[in-house]
Amino acid sequence: MATTPDITASVLPARRRGGWAAIVRQAASLPRGRFGLGVLGLVVAVAVVGPFVAPHSATASIVAPFAGPSGQALLGGDMLGRDVLSRVLDGGWVLLAMAAAATAFGVAVGTASGVAAGYLQGRPDGFIMRTVDVLLAFPQLVFALLLVSILGPTVWLTVLAVGLSHAPQVARVMRAATLDVSERDFVKATELLGVKRRRIMAEEILPNLVSPLMVEIGLRLTYSIVIIAGLSFLGFGQPPPAPNWGIMINENRQGLVLNPWAVVVPAILIALLTIGASTFTDAVARVTIGIDRAAETGALPALVAGAEP
Amino acid sequence: MSLNTALVSGAAPPRPRAAAPHPVVRLIVQRVALGVVTLAVVSVIIFAATVALPGNAATAILGHSATPAQLHALEVQLHLNRSVFDQYGSWIGGILTGNPGRSLANGLPVWSIVGPAALNSAVLVAVSGVIASIVGVTLGVVAALRKDSLFDHASSVIALAVTSLPEFVVAITLIILFATVVWQVLPAVSLLAPGTYAWANPRELILPVATLVIVTVPYITRMTRAAMVEALASDYVEMARLKGMPVRRVVLAHALPNAIAPVVQVLGLTFLYLAGGIVVVEYVFAFPGIGQSLVNAVSNRDVPVIQMIVLLLAGFYVLVNIITDVVALLATPRRRLPR
Repeated sequence: MATTPDITASVLPARRRGGWAAIVRQAASLPRGRFGLGVLGLVVAVAVVGPFVAPHSATASIVAPFAGPSGQALLGGDMLGRDVLSRVLDGGWVLLAMAAAATAFGVAVGTASGVAAGYLQGRPDGFIMRTVDVLLAFPQLVFALLLVSILGPTVWLTVLAVGLSHAPQVARVMRAATLDVSERDFVKATELLGVKRRRIMAEEILPNLVSPLMVEIGLRLTYSIVIIAGLSFLGFGQPPPAPNWGIMINENRQGLVLNPWAVVVPAILIALLTIGASTFTDAVARVTIGIDRAAETGALPALVAGAEP
Repeated sequence: MSLNTALVSGAAPPRPRAAAPHPVVRLIVQRVALGVVTLAVVSVIIFAATVALPGNAATAILGHSATPAQLHALEVQLHLNRSVFDQYGSWIGGILTGNPGRSLANGLPVWSIVGPAALNSAVLVAVSGVIASIVGVTLGVVAALRKDSLFDHASSVIALAVTSLPEFVVAITLIILFATVVWQVLPAVSLLAPGTYAWANPRELILPVATLVIVTVPYITRMTRAAMVEALASDYVEMARLKGMPVRRVVLAHALPNAIAPVVQVLGLTFLYLAGGIVVVEYVFAFPGIGQSLVNAVSNRDVPVIQMIVLLLAGFYVLVNIITDVVALLATPRRRLPR
C-alpha cells in the first residue's frame, strides 16, 4: 500500500470557517471559480432544458444515416439517421443525474466509514482501513466494471457500482480529517458530558468537516462524470436506444468522416462538464485548504487508484 | 512503516551507509508479505463475484434458453456442484499452477487469451509511462524554475483542464485530428492479426500512447513542480546559490535529488492510473490488450477471464507500490520514507 500521507493539518480550514454557501461564494469570487461555475451551469442548462426544446424525437430516424447538417437536422443525422441535435439535447440529463446520485452515494458511504474509523479508532478503524487498502488495489473503472458484471448493466446498479468505487478514497480523506477534529477541546468536552458517540460524530465532528467534504464532493462529481460517461461509452449503463452522450460518441464514431458533429458535439459537452467541475473544485480547494496546498494536491490525485498524494 | 525504518536508522552505528541494505531488505520483505495478504483478500473478493452472480452462475451465463445438458456441463466446468470453499480452492489452485481454466465465451484456455493481451498492455503501459515521466518531470522542473512566469501559469491552467478530461474524449479528439477528419496520417484502430504483438507495428502504438501521455503528463508536471518549488526554497539551495554555484548545478546536484522521493511516488501513482486507463484507451483503438479483453469479457459475462484480468491488475498495483516504496526509500539519504 502507498504510505498514508499526513494530510490532517492541511485538510482543515486554516482561516475561514463557514457554511456551504459561504465557501461556494468565496470560490465563485475567484476567476477560475467563476469560470468553472459558468461552464458547469451552461452544460447543466443544456442538459436540463434540452429535452423540452428538442425539435425531434431522440429515437426517430428522420434523415439518412450520417447525413450532414441540413435544415431538417441542424447537426446532421447519426448512425440510424436520428437527429443529432435532438439526441444531444435529450442525452445529458440522465448522465448528470447518474453522476450526481453516484457522487452522493459514494461520498455518503465514504464519509460515514471514514468518520467512524477516525473517531472510534481501535477495531472499527483497523477493519475499515484494511478494507479500504484492499479495495484500492482495484483501479476504479475496473472495480466498477467488476461490479457491473455482477449486478448487470442497469442504470441504478451502475450508479451503485460507481458510488461504491468512490467510497474507499473518500473514507481515507475523511478519516484523516476526523482524526484532527477529534482531538479538539469541544469534542473532548462533549465526551465528558456523556453524549453518545454516534451523536458526537453527527453533531460535533461532521459539521466541522465541511471544507474537506466539499472538495471531495467536487472531485468525486468530476470522476463520476468521467467514469459514468466512460461506462456508457463502453456499452455499460443505459441500454442502446437511449440518447446518452457517452453512447453517442461510441456508436457514431464509424461515421466520423461523414458527419463528425455526431461525435464532436457530445464529446465537447462531456469535456466542458468535466473541465467546469474540476475547475470549480480547484477554486473550492483554494479557498478552503489554501492556495499552495491546492496547487500541490491538484485536481487529479483521486483519479488515481492509489492514495491521495 | 516510516517510523519503523526511521528508528532503525536512528539506532544504526555512526556510519549509516554501512547498514544501508538492511532497512531496504526489511522493507521489501514487509511489503511483499503485505502484498501477498492483499492479493489473497482480493482473490476472495474476485471469486465472490462468481458466487454473487444472481441465481446460478451457469443460468446467468447461458441464459434461460439453455438446455439442461448445457447447464449441467457448465456447472461441472465451474465446479458449481461442489461447496463454495471447494470452488475457491480449485480456482485459486488452478491460477497458482498456471492453469486458470477455460473461457466461457469461446472455450479457449484463459491464459491463451489473457497472456498475449497482458504482454501487449505491458508494452503500452511501459512506453506511455516512460514517455509521460520524462516529459512531465522535465516540464515540472522548468515550471518550478520559472515560478510565476507565463509558462508556469499557462501550464497550470492547461493541466487543470486536461487532467479532468475522460480518456475517450482525448482519444476521439486525436482520431479526429490525425486519423480521420483533419489529417489521415495514423491508423484510427489497431489491425493487429491475432498472435502478433504490439511492437510488430509501432505506428499503431502512437495514438494510444499519445492519449495516455496527454492525460497523465499534466499531473506529473504539477506534482514535480510542487516538489521542486519546495526543494528550491530550502536553505541548502540558497546556500549553494549564495556561494556562486551555477544554476544548472544547483538544480541538478542539489534540488533535484531532494525532490526525487515525492516525484517517485507520483510516477508510481501514474503507472497505477495507467493500469485503469488502458481499459478505455484499448477499447477505443481496438488495441489487443487486457483492457479490451476485460470489456469483451464483461459484456459476455466471461467470468474466468474477468477474474484473471482483475487479479493481474491487482497484482500490478501491489508490485508498483512495492517498487515505489523501495525506490523512494533508496532516494532518501535519511533512509526514511517521504513524509
